[in-house]
Amino acid sequence: MELLNIYQNNYLIVFVFLCLGILLPVVALFLGKLLRPFKPSEAKYTTYESGVEPFHDSRVQFNVRYYIFALMFVIFDVETVFLYPWAVAYDKLGIFALVEMVIFVILLLIGLVYAWKKKVLRWI
Amino acid sequence: MVQDLLQSNPGWGQFIFFFITGLVLLLVVLGFVTFSILAERKVMGFMQNRIGPNQVGGRWGLLQTVADVLKLLLKEDIIPKVADKPLFILAPVIAFAPSFMVLAVIPFTDKFQFADLNVGLLYYVAISGLTVFGILLGGWASNNKYSLLGGARATAQMISYEIPLVMSVLGVILLTGSLNLNDIVHAQEKAWFILLQPIGFIIFLIASTAELSRTPFDLPESESELVAGYHTEYTGFRWAFFMLAEYVYLFAMTGLITVLFFGGWLPLFGFLGFIPGSVWFALKFCVVLFIYLWFRSTFPRMRADKLMEFAWKILMPIAIANIMLTALIKSLFF
Repeated sequence: MELLNIYQNNYLIVFVFLCLGILLPVVALFLGKLLRPFKPSEAKYTTYESGVEPFHDSRVQFNVRYYIFALMFVIFDVETVFLYPWAVAYDKLGIFALVEMVIFVILLLIGLVYAWKKKVLRWI
Repeated sequence: MVQDLLQSNPGWGQFIFFFITGLVLLLVVLGFVTFSILAERKVMGFMQNRIGPNQVGGRWGLLQTVADVLKLLLKEDIIPKVADKPLFILAPVIAFAPSFMVLAVIPFTDKFQFADLNVGLLYYVAISGLTVFGILLGGWASNNKYSLLGGARATAQMISYEIPLVMSVLGVILLTGSLNLNDIVHAQEKAWFILLQPIGFIIFLIASTAELSRTPFDLPESESELVAGYHTEYTGFRWAFFMLAEYVYLFAMTGLITVLFFGGWLPLFGFLGFIPGSVWFALKFCVVLFIYLWFRSTFPRMRADKLMEFAWKILMPIAIANIMLTALIKSLFF
């Protein structure tokens, strides 16, 4: 019972930190609102574009490379998620688990080599 | 007293107690941010053979950052007309909140730690990944070309370097057999992990510099190309929260390196154990922090194309090789 309470209290602390992390910006921005000046003018609210009148929307189509890096990130991050419990339990699993993990990692490394050869990793 | 509180049923009493202690930590961290910015400017000044801030608050410019923060508080708040207003307001909060949340698990000494989670390290990695959303949202909501480019670049950089970062600590986890940061410190009583995991440490240091987007990896906000990157349109305190998040992460990351590789609060040698753990932690913390400041005035900024290749083609294969090597050595010799 005590252990359960300690467990729950530790996550309560995490929740408290979340509350504080949200409260600080809210409080600071509210205090700032009381202090800062408010003198609106048309020119202030235009988008910055090095002094040029901004032309058309900035949400344009952009390079697909970002998307490919995001895909690769998902693959290798999931691999890491599998590696974490393996590393924690490695004492009990021993050399057999190491061989299995090497095979798993090599499978994913083949994917990396493929991407490398396809020149996806090169940034232009 | 704290033990009793931890062992009893969670309720409002605990909430209020943790809230007050957390608030104290928050104030300490804000103080740290204030003076780390000053220290950064001073150290950079001395390294570049100039004086640095010396006007406000005496010869050392001790109140310079305080004055800067007060000035930011008095700045007019401008939200561009074409910006997506709700997301524009939300983005700094999303960027800042996780940076403070990760501090909950860092053990400062053997008695002073907030949340002693069994999955401490995983918690750190998972929560610190959330800041990317704040940065990407901020860049997108500004509806400014520089912001969007900066946001996209920051996201690509952060997710690319997150993989070597999380893989380099796997060696430490293998040697400890636990994700609990307390256990990791206790496992270093014989030898610090910087000696047992030198490759892991170097990869972690490089990748963490990139995660913090500090020089030489400060491409998301490279002034000469992108004006200010993802926070080009932000003014006053909204902008301050992006900066604050960056420096709170610097605090957290320095603390994490101290805990993972420098033995946390443990003394350098056994016979020096009479010096309290908090002093040891502070000393190691300052050394690691100084390395980051040193980096900033030593290295030139990397090129954008080299940056991504470096993460995927060099750091990641080495990190994987390091894991397998550690596992092999452990099963053969331990």
